[in-house]
Amino acid sequence: MTSSMRWRTLLVILVVALAAWKASYTFRFFSISNDEKEQMSEEALASLESQSLRLGLDLQGGMHLVLEVDKEGLPRDEARDAMDRALEVISNRIDQFGVSEPSIQQEGSDRIIVQLPGLKDEQRAKRLIGRTALLEFVAVVPPEESDVVFRAIDQALVGVMEEAGELPPESESDLPLSETEQLERERPLSARAVYYGNLPLFRVEDMEWVDEQLARLDLSEVLPSREDEPGVPRVRLRWGSEDRDFGEGEVYRPLYVLEADPIMTGSAVVDADVRPGLDPDRPNTPGVSLQLTRQGGRVFAEHTGDHVGEYLAMVLDGKVQNAPVIQSRIPAGSRASITGDFTDEEARDLAIMLRAGKLPAPMKVVEERTVGPSLGRDSITLGIRAMLIGGLLVLVFMLVYYKAAGVVAVGALAANLLLIVALMAGLPVNPRPALTLPGLAGIILTIGMAVDANVLIFERIREELRNQKTIRAAIRDGYERAFMTIMDANVTTLIAAAVLLRFGTGPVKGFAVTLSLGILASMFTAIVATRVVFDLVTIKWNVRHLSI
Amino acid sequence: MEFLVGTRFNFLGHRRAAFILSAVLIIAGAISLIVQGGPRLGIDFEGGTLVQVRFEKPIDVQEIRDSLADIGMADAEIQRFGENREAIIRAQQREEGEDLTGVILEALNEANPDNRADVRRQEQVGPTVGRELRAKATNAILIALVLILAYISIRFEFKFAVGAVAALVHDVAITLGLFSMTGREISLPVVAAFLTIVGYSLNDTIVIYDRIRENRRKLYGKSFTDIVNTSLNESLSRTVVTSLTTLVVVLCIFLFGGEVIKDFSFALLVGVVVGTYSSLYVASPLVVEWQVHGEARKRRRHRK
Repeated sequence: MTSSMRWRTLLVILVVALAAWKASYTFRFFSISNDEKEQMSEEALASLESQSLRLGLDLQGGMHLVLEVDKEGLPRDEARDAMDRALEVISNRIDQFGVSEPSIQQEGSDRIIVQLPGLKDEQRAKRLIGRTALLEFVAVVPPEESDVVFRAIDQALVGVMEEAGELPPESESDLPLSETEQLERERPLSARAVYYGNLPLFRVEDMEWVDEQLARLDLSEVLPSREDEPGVPRVRLRWGSEDRDFGEGEVYRPLYVLEADPIMTGSAVVDADVRPGLDPDRPNTPGVSLQLTRQGGRVFAEHTGDHVGEYLAMVLDGKVQNAPVIQSRIPAGSRASITGDFTDEEARDLAIMLRAGKLPAPMKVVEERTVGPSLGRDSITLGIRAMLIGGLLVLVFMLVYYKAAGVVAVGALAANLLLIVALMAGLPVNPRPALTLPGLAGIILTIGMAVDANVLIFERIREELRNQKTIRAAIRDGYERAFMTIMDANVTTLIAAAVLLRFGTGPVKGFAVTLSLGILASMFTAIVATRVVFDLVTIKWNVRHLSI
Repeated sequence: MEFLVGTRFNFLGHRRAAFILSAVLIIAGAISLIVQGGPRLGIDFEGGTLVQVRFEKPIDVQEIRDSLADIGMADAEIQRFGENREAIIRAQQREEGEDLTGVILEALNEANPDNRADVRRQEQVGPTVGRELRAKATNAILIALVLILAYISIRFEFKFAVGAVAALVHDVAITLGLFSMTGREISLPVVAAFLTIVGYSLNDTIVIYDRIRENRRKLYGKSFTDIVNTSLNESLSRTVVTSLTTLVVVLCIFLFGGEVIKDFSFALLVGVVVGTYSSLYVASPLVVEWQVHGEARKRRRHRK
């Protein structure tokens, strides 16, 4: 036995053994039952999982989201690190949401890809991830001032509507207009409101109309402006987040007049947790209790001290969540609270968002793919069945067509599969490649193509044998001649796979990964490994007849 | 066991007939594409929402259509998916941020309270992303073609590269035509399948080219046509064996791999068959045409 042969034999044994050892984690992880999983410690299970093949979302079920940060309207320096902030906030939220092995990655300059395997409630996750969660503590303008605001809006609206000919006509006959008609002519907005104390409420059906009317006005001219900055409104109008009904069949929403500048924002919140009974009117409904920073607590104490008897609104993403009246000065160190008609889940999610912080800018979901766990399971079962049947047919064919040499080729094929699994599970890239359904198809395709290398070699050897060469020479020349052909053929397929890897997304990438790993592995198993076997058989054991 | 060894098929003798067959197939596909106004693109490339639902009991597509028409979604596309209680619904969001899946599910369950639906898969692609994915896929195919063309030009002669690329354009064109004729959709995985066809078809072609290159040295003095014909025959058993094993596994994915990858495996299936045919009847014969015409021109020039 030559020394080169000894080395090659050793290399093949080593590689295959290493692959088998690496792949064994995967086989163990997927063969343990749920009961056994429960008995294992969490760490042991996690470490096993991290060393085994990762399944793509299409196979294990889950959600793939692509979010786009809307940087429009952000000041330049904020826009610059908006992505980093958004990534951080989203990671925080997902961490607290509790999903195993989530993946959060930046794509391009303004997109974030979030992958949540094994997710149960997609809608909830989407809300939790995509919501800005900007919390503001804002003073509600006192009633007399809010009256002034509404009157100004009414007046401006009369002008606009008159021009558009939308006001009820002035009485043509001598009959005076009815009281409501008169009111609609003079105060088109207020005419639609009902009042709860001093708070104007509109019917839910009218909300859209109100928004449309407000949009027609140049509010910077209508609303009272700041003393130091003429033309910049001092107040803003915001809807409440909750419907109110008074048992008469109509449902209303309050429209608040708020100070334009918040007293403070969610950044003054250090911690948030869910507590029941924060709202005395709803003792069983959960609310979110907020722990403020030291600075925030001081500001809060000062404001409440100065404005006893006035209202303070908790505004979340532009909607007034609750606006309790300030009973007395709230000393620093006490807690603020957000209440509303929350379910347990909503309160929990709100607390998560407030703890994790607000997103720097609104996020838009531009791509979403969700696969239910049942479909994933079906796909695995079907994919593996297809693989087994296909593999078996190829195996039978190889054994019948190439006899003993076919056994060697089939062994090489098995080693090839082992290598693919080991590489996918053990490649030091983050995140490690996932096996997707197209990926599974890629492996099946590799089975077909990996055989090709051996077919080429075997056909060559047969040809050389027909030319009356000795077994040794036939093997040597067969391998040598076939080698260039195999290289040329594989390189072109690899080019296609590499392009897919570079430009493909999601499922396509999964396919490119297994295809290229499969081809690379087949170069080793089908060429190097089988040659070692043939050499051993013919040189070491001096076999004189080749069964091929 | 051996077969197709020592054959003397006259592949090149039939090349004109083969060219006509290929032309017919490509033209038929092209007509179908023109009639339908281009290939049917999936939501990956068009943007939109796809919801796959499964009912407890078998359901008629018409019933699903009626339930959706009730909520003003009469234009949603509904397709049976595999067994008769599963369907795919394709629709466009009516306003940004609409939870279309929720709306659809609610409408279905309201209309058929005793046959509840359950969402198996949901995909939603925004119009910008769709456009981007389309550009990416086109780029990927073009870049792959150029790189492959370059590689073969380096390893062989330019006319071989042209023959190989012509063969794989031929393969993709026929597959695309068949997709159009059978009303299948082009999605991201299908594009991946197209690229695989490209790789596979080349693989086959190159093995034969390799033989031609070798035989040109070995059979010096014989006509180029004879050399190519001999090479085709010598590599025939390998071509057939490899095609058969690949075909067998691809057929297994197509038959047993499930509905989700049916279009993908259909593309591979067609690609393997057409790819094998084109290596024998398109790639090498084109090189022969080029060579023969080139020699004829050279002779004419000599006579002058």
